[in-house]
Amino acid sequence: MNAATMNVTGEPIREKGEVLLAVQNVSLRFGGVKAISDVSFDIRKGEVRAIIGPNGAGKTSMLNCINGFYQPQEGQITFKGERRHKMKPHRAAAAGIARTFQNVALFKGMSTLDNIMTGRTLKMKRGFFWQALRHGPAMNEEIEHRKVVEDIIDFLQIEHIRKLPVGKLPYGLQKRVELGRALAMEPELLLLDEPMAGMNLEEKEDMCRFILDVNQQFGTTIALIEHDMGVVMDLSDRVVVLEYGRKIADGTPSEVKADQKVIDAYLGVAH
Amino acid sequence: MSDVAVRPMPNLLANGWIKAGLILAAIVVAAILGARLDGSGTLHKIFIDPFDQMVAAPDLLAQTVWEGLVSGVLYALIALGFVLIFKASGVFNFAQGIMVVFAALTLVGLYEKGVPAFLAVILTLGVMFVLAVAIERVVLRPLVNQPDIILFMATFGITYFLIGLGESVFGGNPKQMIADQLWLPKGAVDLKLFGGLVSLQKIDIAAAIIASVMIAVLAAFFQYTRIGRALRAVADSHKAALSVGISLNQIWVIVWFTAGIVALITGIMWGARSDVSFALEIVALKALPVLILGGFTSIPGAIIGGLIIGIGEKMGEFYWGPLVGGGIESWLAYFIALGFLLFRPQGLFGDKIIERI
Repeated sequence: MNAATMNVTGEPIREKGEVLLAVQNVSLRFGGVKAISDVSFDIRKGEVRAIIGPNGAGKTSMLNCINGFYQPQEGQITFKGERRHKMKPHRAAAAGIARTFQNVALFKGMSTLDNIMTGRTLKMKRGFFWQALRHGPAMNEEIEHRKVVEDIIDFLQIEHIRKLPVGKLPYGLQKRVELGRALAMEPELLLLDEPMAGMNLEEKEDMCRFILDVNQQFGTTIALIEHDMGVVMDLSDRVVVLEYGRKIADGTPSEVKADQKVIDAYLGVAH
Repeated sequence: MSDVAVRPMPNLLANGWIKAGLILAAIVVAAILGARLDGSGTLHKIFIDPFDQMVAAPDLLAQTVWEGLVSGVLYALIALGFVLIFKASGVFNFAQGIMVVFAALTLVGLYEKGVPAFLAVILTLGVMFVLAVAIERVVLRPLVNQPDIILFMATFGITYFLIGLGESVFGGNPKQMIADQLWLPKGAVDLKLFGGLVSLQKIDIAAAIIASVMIAVLAAFFQYTRIGRALRAVADSHKAALSVGISLNQIWVIVWFTAGIVALITGIMWGARSDVSFALEIVALKALPVLILGGFTSIPGAIIGGLIIGIGEKMGEFYWGPLVGGGIESWLAYFIALGFLLFRPQGLFGDKIIERI
């Protein structure tokens, strides 16, 4: 068995399920600037899919299209067999897509606990009236969700900062809280935009472990953007490479690593 | 030594204590100068005489404090309307004052057209809801992600639109609030206190109670419910709120509608004490110093700020006003707010400004 079919733990890659999300011929323009042109790829259920590429390749734009922050001018995005045209971010969230951001986007004035609780917004069903009374069913519901959130806090080992306002936390911990908030949504697809940017080695290793655990324990499908090649090669099942808004390679980490176009894109090529 | 020569002067004003010292020194110097100039003891008049009066006539003091308290509660109500919208959208809603007038006018106008009083209240709530939806659709939605100043200017537009609409539908004449028809009490209660009579208007008592209940309900709602949490989340980061599935549009409608309800209650209470006219809008501007004092993002801050401003300006007018010929009630609040801006720009209870560099 060669390296291409082994993942980081040395087990052979599981047979990945059906296509969860398909991006077909997507193009995105900002005025005259083409951020993404004609990109297609898919994400299968249960896999860790990396999107890599040099700066300005359109990676974050791609995530923004997937979760509805941007509306691509051309092409389609199919999630769970449902094709969408105009997708609003809160609808994407309701459909089961959660994400984190390149520069953390947390609710700075709120505590860690409250931040993660916001991730449960869509899961809370009780109406206005019960909410206002804060009694009976609404109260039980609040307790129930609180339990899920406490479990996530345990999982991410951030018990000690539960009550602190997240604006005060160091960057590495903020990123972890942000992951926690995304997990609280119990997403089917988790989009991570540079989850390890600006972290030291130890924090990176922790984060890698959390990502793998999320993927393996909860079976969450993950799409991540990352610049640290070592991390990408270790974590991901398949990698798609973008450059100047175009897809230049798609395959397993070792296939991609050996691809001449990818090497040129990263190291530059003599003209 | 060249390295000493290029070292920049430290900015003395950056230190709060130095700033306070300088201002205090200026006040003392000015006061001493004043005292020496007229010789009849300005210092005595400022620092001792008013307190003598307070001790000598405690019933007058109680009356003054009570009046300050009532207007303070009403300021707090107006400020609450501002805080709600500011928290959820980061917009300072200049139109809150006119919303008070508009709600009150609609209520009275409907009653004059023959609608029963309580039905008119419900219909007015409906109008405020339609207004909230319309503002979200027409003004806020197209301006998502624009700088705050643009949204602020848009609320100016809303203000003038509502003035125009209100005048053309209900006319520009002052109207009488339908206090009797809404079972609001009339007359006064006289209390024997400190050997004198303190007279409390019943409508003021009702205003204080209704406003307090309203504030308590709103505070609990926004602190402890899912919607409240969503609201705070939206206030903090639109992007992150969207990513966890909070609908900005829904939250904005809820918030503007809530501000509309607050406006209606404020309108009824203010209207019952004076007339319902466009002059009420000026009163609403008093909420600005209240907000600076209490912090733009804090509901308790709006309450405490309102009380401080209300009591402060009534006491200032009564005890210190005569020194400068009276009329300080109209500007004292802004003066207090200025002092706060120098030392605590986020207000008494505002969110602490956390910045990682």
